[in-house]
Amino acid sequence: MVKQTIDLKVNGQAYEVQTQPWRTLAEVLRDQLNLTGTKISCAEGHCGACTVLVNGKAVNSCLMLIAEAQGKEILTIEGLSKGGELHPIQDAFVTHGAVQCGFCTPGIIMGTQAFLLENPDPSEAEIKKALAGHLCRCTGYVQIIEAVKAAADTMKSSRSKRR
Amino acid sequence: MKEQETLNVIGKPYPKKDARIKVTGECRFAGDIAVPGMLHGKMLRSPHAHARILNIDTKKAEALKGVRAVITGKDFPGILYGNFAHTRDYLPLAIDRVRYVGEEVAAVAAEDEDTAWEALDLIDVSYEPLPAVFDPEEAMQEGAPLLYDNKPNNISSKSEWEFGDLEKGLKASSLIRQDVFHTQPLKHGMLETHTCIGFWDADGKVTLEACKQSPYVAWRQLAMGLGLPPHKVRVKQTFIGAGNSGGKQEALPMDFAAVMLSSRTGRPVRIVHSMEEVLIMGHMRHAYKIDLKIGVNKDGFIQAMDCYAIADGGAHSSIGQLSIYLMGAWLMMTYKIPNVRYRGCRVFTNKSFCGALRGHCVPQARFAFEGLLDTIADELGMDHFEIRKRNAITPGYEAPNGFKITTCGLREALDKAEEVSGWRQKKGKLPKYRGIGVGASGFISGSNIMGMSACSAMLKVQEDGSVALQSGATDVGQGCDTVLPMIVAEVLGIEPGDVSFALVDSDLTPIDGGTWSSRVTFYAGNAVKIAALDARKQIADVAAEILEAQPEDLVFRKKRIYVKGNPDQGTELDKVIRHCQNRKGMTIMGRGYYNAPCGHLDFAKGYGNFTAAYSFYAQVCEVEVDPETGQVQQ
Repeated sequence: MVKQTIDLKVNGQAYEVQTQPWRTLAEVLRDQLNLTGTKISCAEGHCGACTVLVNGKAVNSCLMLIAEAQGKEILTIEGLSKGGELHPIQDAFVTHGAVQCGFCTPGIIMGTQAFLLENPDPSEAEIKKALAGHLCRCTGYVQIIEAVKAAADTMKSSRSKRR
Repeated sequence: MKEQETLNVIGKPYPKKDARIKVTGECRFAGDIAVPGMLHGKMLRSPHAHARILNIDTKKAEALKGVRAVITGKDFPGILYGNFAHTRDYLPLAIDRVRYVGEEVAAVAAEDEDTAWEALDLIDVSYEPLPAVFDPEEAMQEGAPLLYDNKPNNISSKSEWEFGDLEKGLKASSLIRQDVFHTQPLKHGMLETHTCIGFWDADGKVTLEACKQSPYVAWRQLAMGLGLPPHKVRVKQTFIGAGNSGGKQEALPMDFAAVMLSSRTGRPVRIVHSMEEVLIMGHMRHAYKIDLKIGVNKDGFIQAMDCYAIADGGAHSSIGQLSIYLMGAWLMMTYKIPNVRYRGCRVFTNKSFCGALRGHCVPQARFAFEGLLDTIADELGMDHFEIRKRNAITPGYEAPNGFKITTCGLREALDKAEEVSGWRQKKGKLPKYRGIGVGASGFISGSNIMGMSACSAMLKVQEDGSVALQSGATDVGQGCDTVLPMIVAEVLGIEPGDVSFALVDSDLTPIDGGTWSSRVTFYAGNAVKIAALDARKQIADVAAEILEAQPEDLVFRKKRIYVKGNPDQGTELDKVIRHCQNRKGMTIMGRGYYNAPCGHLDFAKGYGNFTAAYSFYAQVCEVEVDPETGQVQQ
């Protein structure tokens, strides 16, 4: 089938990719843009490992066809930290022991980013609900929830300092 | 001074060393690695549970545009491979027979994954379906279809033993209860599916880069199945997206296919299993039927246990003799049982094969035993914690099957679990459809498998006083990439951040059994400590000359070496290292190896010590059942 030209903005940079229209966003990010931080595991929307932000919303990139991403703004794990500094969510995952094998980590961090944008002051129950679509088979959920709480607190206090 | 008072590093929390590269997505797992010229491989799997392969026609697949090679079992030398001599029943690809749905029969390498998938559909395999057997008890009957001609009654392996006097124990029991427990097969579902990149170079060297948690097991098996001397095979470990299962321990058909497809094409070949493939293929947890009888006296003390267990092993042995031993072993590793009989039988069926999944056979054993113990406690009118505390193994206990318990905190664990769970306030007082239960178990810190049980380590001290550590241990997320450097840092008076941790490479890093049975901190940790002490001794000998002191009087701390009791009479560690290498030509390299003393263990007859360090735990769970759907919620 003829390849299509898709325009994307990924991590603030403009890309024009030639690809078959049936490719998923996850495949294009990994195979064409070499952004391999986004993982593919179940490839059917159960595990959350492929989560990226599309126009600020968390999306399973294994379920989004690349044609649907035309003209959208994508944020992947590679775009989260700025200038060598870890993003507060990333930093909280490091310091709270929320990283074990690390395969689920990029997806959970991106899911957390989308969630905290919408709900900057979440309860534990809200965190659990928000992350229900993410599997960690090392089963480090307790530390992950603690890290999300800590990241929310850090982000809140840095916002109030800015004000 | 006590050792604890002098510890600088051990006992303090450190972030996992690879956490920063994992939170940024920089960490490259096997599927993230692309090599120039790389082809993509796919596996063709059997649609039959049991069939003879009459012919495989690959012509159409080979003619498809973009396909670079197609291979079948006949491309390999036909050597069975596996762990122990009597369990070798794997082939790289099936040759004349398939024994379960999903067994690999051919493989394709193509320019892209879509072409490879398409080519699989063009491979024409003629099968002659054979009668299949799916239930282990049916498989054991005379006249049942046989999976292997040399395995009568489909018996894969057996363990049978009696210790103490079962008859006497049952006579001494005032209450005897018996029940049958069934468990189901399952998969862990680790998120990173099995992935490998194979390359076979013009010099005949075979390199496999893969997410192997026990790279040396895969290395040995790969050489065996290819009929090559091990030095012609190199296994390089990548970061591992969780281990959990045998598929990351052993060499898989995909590994053989990747290197053979490379030999046919001269190009590297990457194969990534889909999650669907992971879920249908081998290394399931064994489904067990456990017929268990326990006798207790009027005070709830266990007098006797009799167990007959049948494990559904599926189509291959994997490490079957160990699996069937383990069921009996775990039954002996929690409570004091003076008189015991165990008969275990692992049976072949035409299903995905079973092997070591995390906690190999523990959940099955404890599910049966803890359930029956509760029944007995209820009939005695005894609290579920009380009956466990009465029977719990204690420090120094020697079990009749030869387990030598050293330290043990099971009673303390039970006390704590009872307290923190609010057991007394909850047991029997929760609303309808809500319940609380307790279970206990023992585990091991490294298993005495009578094969490669040891660990070794090497380290090089760099000119800035940092250390490059190489061991054979792999980090599957459990944290040995941090714990082992912490041990080095403690010995040499540096920080864990000063110690790098290498991925395993069979051409470079020391030999090791692998990452399983909770052995790494204990076994590899000791090897690493000995290697660090070796390096420290070499450094101390030189530093002693410089400081005009005795080597044994020197203290290594905060990147300095000084005379005990006189911190001012000292020098910087890096200065000494530079003196060693620049003035003397001495590269400081420490070497250590370790094996825990366990003695002989007979898996079939069950006698012997299984580990040098047992561990114990108690767990409470509170669950609610939705009476309409049956769904259980924690």
